[in-house]
Amino acid sequence: MFDDEGMDEIRQIFLEESTEGLDVMESGLLELEPGTADMETINNIFRAAHSIKGGGGTFGFVEVSDFTHWVETVLDEMRSAERDVTEDGITLLLESVDCLRGMMDSINAQSDYDTPRISALQARIVAVLNGEVDTGVVAAPPPEAVVTPEPTVEEQPSVEPAGNEEVETVIVEPAAELDKAPGAESVVGTSAEPSQPEVSIETDVAVEKAVSAPVAKAVETGKAEKGGSESGSSIRVNVDKVDSLLNLVGELVITQSMLGRFKKEFNVNDLSDLRDGLAQLESNTRELQEAAMQIRMLPIKVAFSRFTRLVRDLSRSMGKKVKLELLGEQTELDKTVLEKIGDPLVHLVRNSLDHGIETVEKRLAAGKPSEGLLRLSAHHEAGNIVIEISDDGAGLNRDKILSKAIERGLVGEDEQITDERIYMLIFQAGFSTADQVSDLSGRGVGMDVVRRNIQDLGGRIDVHSEIGKGSTFTIRLPLTLAILDGQLVRVGEETYIVPLLSIVESVFINPERVNVVANNQMLYRLRDEFLPITDLRAICGGYYRNMSLDADELDDKLLVVIETAGRRYGLVVDDLEDQQQVVIKALENNYRHVSGLAGATILGDGSVSLILDIPSLAQRCFSDLDEPEQLASA
Amino acid sequence: MNKEQAQLDGGIDLNPDALQFLTFILNGEEYGVDILKVQGIQGWSKVTPIPNTPDFMLGVINLRGAVVPIVDLRKRFQLDIVDYGPTTVVIVVKVTGDDGERVVGMVVDAVSEVYNVNARDIKPSPSFSGSISTEYIRGLSMIENKMVILLEIDSLVNAGVLDMVPGELVV
Repeated sequence: MFDDEGMDEIRQIFLEESTEGLDVMESGLLELEPGTADMETINNIFRAAHSIKGGGGTFGFVEVSDFTHWVETVLDEMRSAERDVTEDGITLLLESVDCLRGMMDSINAQSDYDTPRISALQARIVAVLNGEVDTGVVAAPPPEAVVTPEPTVEEQPSVEPAGNEEVETVIVEPAAELDKAPGAESVVGTSAEPSQPEVSIETDVAVEKAVSAPVAKAVETGKAEKGGSESGSSIRVNVDKVDSLLNLVGELVITQSMLGRFKKEFNVNDLSDLRDGLAQLESNTRELQEAAMQIRMLPIKVAFSRFTRLVRDLSRSMGKKVKLELLGEQTELDKTVLEKIGDPLVHLVRNSLDHGIETVEKRLAAGKPSEGLLRLSAHHEAGNIVIEISDDGAGLNRDKILSKAIERGLVGEDEQITDERIYMLIFQAGFSTADQVSDLSGRGVGMDVVRRNIQDLGGRIDVHSEIGKGSTFTIRLPLTLAILDGQLVRVGEETYIVPLLSIVESVFINPERVNVVANNQMLYRLRDEFLPITDLRAICGGYYRNMSLDADELDDKLLVVIETAGRRYGLVVDDLEDQQQVVIKALENNYRHVSGLAGATILGDGSVSLILDIPSLAQRCFSDLDEPEQLASA
Repeated sequence: MNKEQAQLDGGIDLNPDALQFLTFILNGEEYGVDILKVQGIQGWSKVTPIPNTPDFMLGVINLRGAVVPIVDLRKRFQLDIVDYGPTTVVIVVKVTGDDGERVVGMVVDAVSEVYNVNARDIKPSPSFSGSISTEYIRGLSMIENKMVILLEIDSLVNAGVLDMVPGELVV
């Protein structure tokens, strides 16, 4: 079906356009209010559906255009006010959008369509069009829909059950059920005629009772195994961004020609011109860098948009009333960061819905409005993007977390710890305070993964919570993964780079404030706080743990105070050098990952400098502070 | 037709010039590297050491904008350490491994020659105790009455160098 060489490209264009169309349809459907007929929105949805149908027809994806035709018909009736916009209708259309997404995935993976699902849904749409009331998600498609040949399946030959005595009972199962059935190997073997390579819709839905469920699964399995095709991802860029890039390239060319004349002749009088030229080159380069990065920037709306649907579906299934508020959707961030932040965000949103926002009864009892508020916001702050997920739910139970932590030995019985640190405990692997594990969350897996994912992106996450009033998760991320704001620090002869995001402050060391506690662990009294400190030279010299530092040696040295996972530490360095943006080069490209390092970069003088991975470094150096027996061997 | 294929076809090389080896000297022995794997030869330059790596991993250098690790083959095969002299060079090779291609520099005593070697003249290597373990050796060849040890550079660099993790760490 997709064997042609040229098909690849065509398929890709079709997929991209259709995926955009489906997004338009989905967001439009979510905007629609039952009972009202917002013509503009319906028209938007209709247009999107129409182009998918047209595209399907043009590019030869008949199944897609046939299916979309029915969706379009429903929309057309809504548009011409022949049909009311109902909650059920919206749900049915949303399911159709999901189904079309599934078809797009199949096209992408070059696998077979999930025919039972498509036909079942199509039957429901046809039924609705015939004026019947839609039976909902789990209801079986009307039997006549299976028996009556439909216009879309004419190319599929029907199997005659009469010729095979094995087929005794014919049952019809809804597609939703079939999808979940355990796997089976063969479709063909169980159908009435083993030699028949094409399996018709009838055999899929109506076969012998014992094999009906596994059969449908085989279709699913086939799809999953093939996997997606390896085509480079593309990005849609606003023409303005490209224009500004071109303008800057033009300016660069002018600067180059201005500097180029010094190649021929140069005398001392030209020195100021040369200096001007170099200054111009510097600003050109910076602007060009920014403009080039802008091309990779996408609004966070792309990641936020899916939550409208997610929150709608989840809050319905949990019987909660939740209002989702999205702020700062136009805030832009790098495409790669955007793609990777999706899953952690989904997790946090689910968490807020499941544990944060209470049920209507509990909310009313607590004197809150019945509708919970979940707010996702994004804004830029000093070269970073800050994403906040806040709810007005129950908040984190400080005492419960603390007692659980003491129970698990993470915190000592009478240890004095700040609220902030208590809240950070929820990011520990396997930590859960949920009394009951739900299918959404509460298993204690996840929050640690969320934090790890965010750290992998070079960001960090903080929690603020007030019991009874709600909690806020704040994620700080660099705008891009390719470039990082770094502080150059000198340690011996080497220069290392500490990401600025991790640095709280830097102070001159006062040796009198250094206290050595058990096993050479040094603490530094900074104002009212004792910070565990370590010499960066010791770590970078190959030692994992702390080396004893001579207090005299600390004179003239600097302490870089870093913060990670809600705790502060101090790194002793010889000197602070410039702050600059550095281009991150992964060590994995030619070597492998080295723990404690986030990568390397090339400095202005051409030398290579290593970028420190603060979270993993802190874990290596300070994680076993609470385990004296390990330190004893040091 | 690639070399591997030529060898599979009973060692008969249809193109007598197909195999070319760049040879280098290490501890008085001459080793050959498939020239198609060689990216270039560099003089010795300062490296940036990487913490928590084996001692033979000298560090990384900037090679035309790429961060390239440099390995000392003497240290890797536990030979006597000699000071880097004027002939000490870094051979930069591009090897293929499970995770794709990598560019790595190897410090050797000196670069020697480029030889054409006919595939059928490559003799399987007997177990012998050269400086480099036999598992990274493709075979031996007599060239101009000298024995040249031809290396399996992909496995030498991948399994023998890059995948090695530091041993017991100094605590």
